[in-house]
Formats: sequence, structure tokens, C-alpha cells
Amino acid sequence: MAKKILIAEDSPTMRSLIVSALSAMGDYDIFEACNGFEALRILPREKVDLVITDINMPDINGLELLNFVKGNGQYQHIPLIIVSTEGSEKDKEKGLSLGADAYLVKPFRPEQLQELILRFLP
Amino acid sequence: MSKKSSRAIKEFLGEAEEIIENLNLDLVALTDQAETGECDPDLLNRIFRGAHSLKGLSGMFGFVDISDLSHRMENLLDSLRLGKVALSSSLVEVLFEALEVLIQLVNGKGESEEFSLDLSGIFLKIERALQGETSSTDDPFARYGIDPSILSVLTEYEEHRLLENLKKGRNLLRVKTTFNLTSFDQDLAEITDQLKHHGEVVSTLPCPGDISEQICFQLLYGTEKSAEQIQDILQRDDAVCEMLVVGGSSASAQPKSQTPTPAPVTVDGNGNRSEEPSTEVASASMRSISRTVRVDIDKLDSLMNIVGELVLSKSAISNICELLKESGAVEAARELQKATRNLERRLDDLQKGVMEVRMVPVAQLFEKMIRIVRRLSNEQGKKIDVDIRGAETELDKLIVEDLSDPLMHLIRNAIDHGVEEPEERRQIGKPERGKIALWASQKGNHVVLEIHDDGRGIDPEKVRRKAVEKGLISETNNLSREEVFDLIMSPGFSTRDEVSEISGRGVGMDVVKNNISALSGMIEMTSEVGKGTTMIITLPITLAIIKALIVRVAGKTYAIPINSVQETLMIPASALKTIEDREVIELRESTLPLLRLTDIFGLAKPDADPSKLFVAVVGLAEKKAGIVVDDLLGQQDVVIKSLGNALSFVRGIAGAADLGNQKTILVLDVGGLMAEALKGESAFYYV
Repeated sequence: MAKKILIAEDSPTMRSLIVSALSAMGDYDIFEACNGFEALRILPREKVDLVITDINMPDINGLELLNFVKGNGQYQHIPLIIVSTEGSEKDKEKGLSLGADAYLVKPFRPEQLQELILRFLP
Repeated sequence: MSKKSSRAIKEFLGEAEEIIENLNLDLVALTDQAETGECDPDLLNRIFRGAHSLKGLSGMFGFVDISDLSHRMENLLDSLRLGKVALSSSLVEVLFEALEVLIQLVNGKGESEEFSLDLSGIFLKIERALQGETSSTDDPFARYGIDPSILSVLTEYEEHRLLENLKKGRNLLRVKTTFNLTSFDQDLAEITDQLKHHGEVVSTLPCPGDISEQICFQLLYGTEKSAEQIQDILQRDDAVCEMLVVGGSSASAQPKSQTPTPAPVTVDGNGNRSEEPSTEVASASMRSISRTVRVDIDKLDSLMNIVGELVLSKSAISNICELLKESGAVEAARELQKATRNLERRLDDLQKGVMEVRMVPVAQLFEKMIRIVRRLSNEQGKKIDVDIRGAETELDKLIVEDLSDPLMHLIRNAIDHGVEEPEERRQIGKPERGKIALWASQKGNHVVLEIHDDGRGIDPEKVRRKAVEKGLISETNNLSREEVFDLIMSPGFSTRDEVSEISGRGVGMDVVKNNISALSGMIEMTSEVGKGTTMIITLPITLAIIKALIVRVAGKTYAIPINSVQETLMIPASALKTIEDREVIELRESTLPLLRLTDIFGLAKPDADPSKLFVAVVGLAEKKAGIVVDDLLGQQDVVIKSLGNALSFVRGIAGAADLGNQKTILVLDVGGLMAEALKGESAFYYV
């Protein structure tokens, strides 16, 4: 069965770039959330295998989403990749200490993302 | 992502323009606030996020200059929102100038990716504006005794907002709320709105826990009110307030931010000064390249649905009008009829308006095809000119999207199998450069697309041999040219074995045909050996709302899209003839084949043959057939709803429609029915 990947990102263009990088790799079921709330809806509904999230989103931020995923027995096993524009080092540190599995700085090459995906979903 | 397709660039431009437009609006609002020095944190944060998004976006597309400039703006805005520099009108000026340069850059990239500007002037200004920055060192939260776990999920900006609230001497509350998963976003928006009147919501944290039904949030909230007061204001039993930090303890500790000190721009005399961009920027207009609003097609769909429902309501009123007339209230009926007609006209306008919004020119589709021709002809060393006509012809956006794949396949076919190598063309006396024509035109309610190549054409004999090889027909089968072409469209037939790179999966013509059928369209082919091949696709302009002829067959009601009905006839049963096992009638000196829905859908046949019957003459493109029905019930606007994937295998049905009196009927797929019923007939014809 195709692995399920949840993308939480408010920029439609960025989302479609991520989707095209993923689709180029193979058959994934991709769920796109354009904000944190949507991501929260998708999580309990789908058995997601991996989460990719932006940090700066309009409703809840990526760190809060991360905290939710990693603080939850049901979801904490799900690998989570933060994809964010090079921001303050502090946000990155927080992300990693909250249990993010990887932190990818935009702009990135598709291969960088693909490499990470392969690491978590071999 | 480094590969920049022009569609991707268009997407980028679209989003960049949107961001810039919002930045512009927000900066104008910021100007007003700069005068007071106090600014709305939400506004500032929005501007920051705008610059931040633009930086990320342009970075991904390799537009280093846009990314660099928005990065510098972002830095300045970050310092501003974190209170490291103070807001002033001269600072907003710098932001505006930067924005104008951004607009120029984005507009320029729209024209040519190589477009560039000297940015040193604006960089310098931003740098100077940043010089007023003050740095803070010690941990500012230490004295408030805040639980570090609260801080751990806050972004740097949220931390700053929290600190600002504390500095103002506000209380810090935690508001715990629990909502149903189905509606939590509305509930949250509601409660946040209430809270904003009395303070600032610093962050919204979803609490870890089972969220299969309910979800809990913790809002961090700075306010002058007490927990009890807020509880009273909210008046909700799904929210619990709790005091985290009592404010006021250090309200006077921080001085107000210092006066703005962006250094004025001065010119030194060393001659190395870079051009200040202000002069060239002055002439640039703030107008965006395209005066457009990006709208989700789903929103248009739902608007269309509402129009559809309105049309149905109107039909219901017309029915009432008839009833009134019959019951003798002639005067009232006439008045009602007048009002209904008026309503009808307005509805027509509304429908047309919504429809127009959905329409896009096929130009973007054609551009894509031109690129494919270029790429493939380069790869294969062929020389091909593309002749585009009617690119301004408009079609429903959804149809255009779904047309891309089949069109791509046809173009690919024309290049792969059609147009010959330059050398070969010279030898047979053709011009060295091949030609592919891509024409669009509107014919009534339909759009006709023609894809023509002047290549080698399709050799029926070759096709026949291939079909024998594939076991589709036996060696002894003698096929008419028509049947040969039918074969090309049948599943499992592909004259090339290798998977094509563009279409990806080596799809055959049968897939193309199915794609077109799914759009209620039709595809025909004409070809002549040595001269070329023409594919003609006929499509309805839109799929959303149609006029339909309502008919009854074997006690069941169906709708036939009126744009494919040419006329209706009432004929005596004696006019029926049977030629080669097929029912036909004579119609103005030509023979019209008949279709019986009772046969196609396996409906119960009436016990006795009626003495007269009705025939709806339907036609798509050049083909005609008559659908035999028991009764014609009239014309009506219907909104076609898809039957969904589960029923997509049902042949001959385009969808379902609501008749307005709570009755749902099936809409016939005329193209599909004709293809099904006329199998073996000349499905394709020759020039």
C-alpha cells in the first residue's frame, strides 16, 4: 500500500513543489493541508506515515503541530520533517528539541527532500 | 525544482503578485500607524510573513535577487516586530521602496527570467535602517517566572509578543478549550475574536491527546482582565481560564522604544556610489501585471451549483404558473408569468456571468503544446513549425485542464509517427519543415479543436497487419478502412511498443478517446497516406449547466443535452425500415439510423408497438442518429452532477440531474451512446 504523507504548508506553490518532488519518487498518497488546522483534521483520519510541515503558518505554527504530534502516543512514531525558510536559529533549535526528525532549509533541492523521505520511508 | 517550466513560473508569478499586493495594502496601513509609533502586532506580523514567504518562494525558483531582497526586508521587519528597531515613517518609506523594486523584479521576470536590476542602492538603505537596532542579551523571561515548557513551542516572534504583553503589565492567562473535531476552526475563530477585544492571543497550542472526536487547545492570552472576568466575558462552558502570570509587577521596567534613527541617505564624494534606485522606481507603477483575482475553482463550482438550484426553483415557479392557469386564476397566472420571465432573464445573465468567469482561453494549453513540439522535434532531429489559430477560443477551465493529457498524446503521436525526418521529406518532394496545425474554433455550443500534421498519414494496411499480429482480428478478416481506424481507438492497440516519455505510461488512443468522452466530447480522425492526419475533437463549452430535452422511454424519464439535439420528429410506426438488421428511417433523402434505449439499457419493452413514435435526432460533429422515445416532455435547464467513480462504467450516461420537483433523472451521454450503437459504422471518415 502506498505510504501516506501529510504536507502542512500555506504556500500553494511551495506545496506543489513539494508534491512534485514526492511524486517524482514514486507512489505516495499525499495529503495537502494549507494550514495547521487542516493538518489536525487529517491526522486522526488518515494513518499518516510521514509529516512535512512549514513553521510559519497562519493559525497554529509548525512547532505547535510538531509538539502535538510528538506529544501524542498515537502519533509520536510518525517521522516529521520541518521545511522552513532559513529563520532564526532559535526556531530550528526548538524544533529539534521538540523531536523533529529533520529540519530542511528552503530553498532546497528536490534531491535533499527525496533523500530525507527515503531515510524515513525506506 | 531548479528546472523552471513556464507553468511553474506562472504559478510563481501568480503567488508572488498576490503576496506583493497584500504587502502593499499592509504597508499602507502601517504608514498610518507609524505616525503614532504604536503598531498592530498582527499587521506587522502579516507583513513579515509576506516577505518571508516571498523569500522562500523565490529561493525555490532560483530567483536569487528577489530572494535576497525579500530576505533583507524580512530581516528589517523581523527586527521591527521583535522591537529591536522602532517603527517610524522613514522606515516605512524604506520598506515601500524595497517593495517597489520587488514589483519591478517580479514584473521583469515575467517578461524574461534573465531580467535583473542593480539592487545595491536599496540594500544600502535597508542596512542603514537596521543600524538603529538594539540588542538584548539576558533572558528576558527570567523575572516573570514562566514555565519553560510554555516557551518551548513559541516561535521567536511569539516569544516577543508574550514579552511585550508582560512588559505592558498585562496578566498572562491560559485559556483551555475543547471543541468537536468537525467545527473546531470556527469555534476557535469565534473565541479568538472575543478574546481579541480585551487583549492579545499570543499562541494557539493544540494539546496532545486523542483527537478522534474532540480536540483541546491552550490559548496563551495577555490581558488586563482577570481569569474570572474573561470567563464571564466568554460565557462558554467549553473554555476554562487560568492565571499563569499576574501582571503589573514590572510594568515600568522597560522604557518605550527609542526614537527612530534610520540614517538619512547621503552621497559621499568618492564616485563609487551606486545608483540610487529611487529615480527609476519612481516611474514604475504599482499596477500588477495581471489584474486578476485567483479563485479556487471549487468556489466557482459551488456558485454554479447555486445558480443551478435557482434555475430549478424558477422551473418550479413556472409549473405553479401553469397550475394557476388551469385552475382559472388567469389574471394571477399572467402576472406570475411576467415576473417569472423577468426572473428568467436575470438568471440568464447571472448564469452567463458565472460561466464567463470559468472560461479560459485555450492559449495556455496551446503554449504547452508548442513547447512539447519544440522539445520532441529537437530530440528527434525533425523540423516542425506549429500553426496556431483560434488560441483566444474559450473553454471551461475544468475542460481545459482535462484536455491537456489527451492533446499531449495526439501531438506526441503526430511527431512520433506522423512527420517524417527532413531528409525523407526532401526525397518525397515535401518541404523540409513539417507542419503541425493546432486550431480551435467555436461552433455554437461547442468548441472544435483540430490537430493536423502533414506527415505520412496512417496506412490502413499497416494497421490491419498490426491488429492481426496482436490477435485483435484474424488474418482472413477483410476490414473496411473505417473499421481499420476503429481499431486504432480500441484498447490494447498501439503501433509503438515502447512507453512514450511524455505521456509516461504508453497510453493508447483508446485512453485519449475515453478522456474526450468523459468530457462529453467526441474525437474523429481523417487520414490520407502520404499527406497527413487530422484529429478533430468536438467539446461542449461547459459541463456545468445545460439545456436538456426531457423524454420518456419505457416509463422512465431521461434528459438529452439539447445542444446535441438537432430536431425532434413524430413518425408513424410504418415509417420504420430495417436495413442490415438496423432500424432506420428516411429523413430528407438520407438514412437516419435509430437507437432504442430499451435495447441499450435493457429496459422492458412495451407490450404492443405504438402506432406512432417520437424520434430525437441527435448529432455530434458530422454524425447523426435518432433516439426513439415514447414521449417528449419538454425542455428544461438542468445541472449535471457526476455519478462518481463508482458508476463510471455505466455506458451512455453522462450524469444525473435534479428536475426541481425532487425527482432525479439520468442525463444521456449522446457521444457515448452513438459510439456504442454505431460501432462498425463509419466512426471515422476520410478527406
